Amino acid sequence: MAAAEIPHDEQALLAYVQAGGQVEATDRLPEDYRSKLIKFIEMHGNSELMGVLPEREWIQRAPTLQRKLALTAKVQDEVGHAQLIYRVVEDLGKPREQCLADLVNGKAKFHNVFHYPTRTWGDVGVIAWLVDAAAIISQKALLKCSYAPYARIMKKICWEESFHILHGRDVVLALVTGTPEQFELVQEAVNRWWGPLMQFHGTPIPKEDDPMFHWRIKSQGNEEARQQFLEGYVPQVLELGLELPDPKLRRNENGVWEYSEPDWDELKHVVTGHGPCTEERLAFRRRFLEQETWVRDIVLAT
Amino acid sequence: MSADHPIYEVFRQERRGRPFEHAGSVAAPDAEFAEAWAREQYGRRGESVALWLVPRDAIRTVDEWADEFGLKYRRVDGYSIKERLKEARERASARAG
Repeated sequence: MAAAEIPHDEQALLAYVQAGGQVEATDRLPEDYRSKLIKFIEMHGNSELMGVLPEREWIQRAPTLQRKLALTAKVQDEVGHAQLIYRVVEDLGKPREQCLADLVNGKAKFHNVFHYPTRTWGDVGVIAWLVDAAAIISQKALLKCSYAPYARIMKKICWEESFHILHGRDVVLALVTGTPEQFELVQEAVNRWWGPLMQFHGTPIPKEDDPMFHWRIKSQGNEEARQQFLEGYVPQVLELGLELPDPKLRRNENGVWEYSEPDWDELKHVVTGHGPCTEERLAFRRRFLEQETWVRDIVLAT
Repeated sequence: MSADHPIYEVFRQERRGRPFEHAGSVAAPDAEFAEAWAREQYGRRGESVALWLVPRDAIRTVDEWADEFGLKYRRVDGYSIKERLKEARERASARAG
């Protein structure tokens, strides 16, 4: 049977991906599509790499050896995701060294949730459970990405994220079944993270206006993802006796979640490099990038 | 590690007897480095029983299929029997009637 022809013309390729078609690294890609892919996938890679820092801070302070090992494994996984993702970006034409340079120089973006501090062990649980849950909703939708090499690595990434979510939920369950002080650690962390979590999937622009959906890099709209998150996780939070800091949050008769308008100004402010921990974490990355130059030099000289 | 390094495509097998499926790629100065990174990135959680590392340059892609003669008679989509079947049934019932 004849293989589907991958169109070379921009309009034809657009129609092809909009009809569910996928392309490979070796196909000829229109410039607009290629640059949007790089932008989107690079930010994902940056987020994986920066996303380990809030948790890394707690490896030394994890309450038990078991937790320390699990947290270390999670951090290792996320760095591994960054490696897979930067490889995909590299194939699209932007070298990894350039991605890292842009990241540490503050020229590239990463997800809003990784700009905030991890104050207590309660935050570690809430990040691993709810931040990863919000992320896996976006990542599962990327399994259908029009760029097939990205969609394929997402399979492995989603598989590992499932362990992270369970690990986070287990940390939270241990705390909510502990002392009143431990319960309070979780409640405080939930209060702190709810705002950033509600901003995580972005403003509710219609997906038809989203350039990433236009090229079917994303397969769902922002609001669709947020609704899925609320539908899946609000009941799981509430059943533990925890409260969510939004008096307007409710599921209406049509099964749609209503909530207070998230602070979109905060989101914009934070992702443009003005979050509470942005500077400190970029400085950390910068320091290690310099410190490890000799390793890269040796490998490059091979 | 660098864009100048050869690229090795990574295929992984989940269980013995299953097909090797394309998983991703690594860029490495030589096969030994490629193996180290592929082990780390595609096998460290025991998710693969075996990996194939193939230099991208060694892959010969075949994706153009000539079909000048429209050889549809060899496939099920080459046959549309709806109309003929309808007519055959009508004739049969006319004969019976």
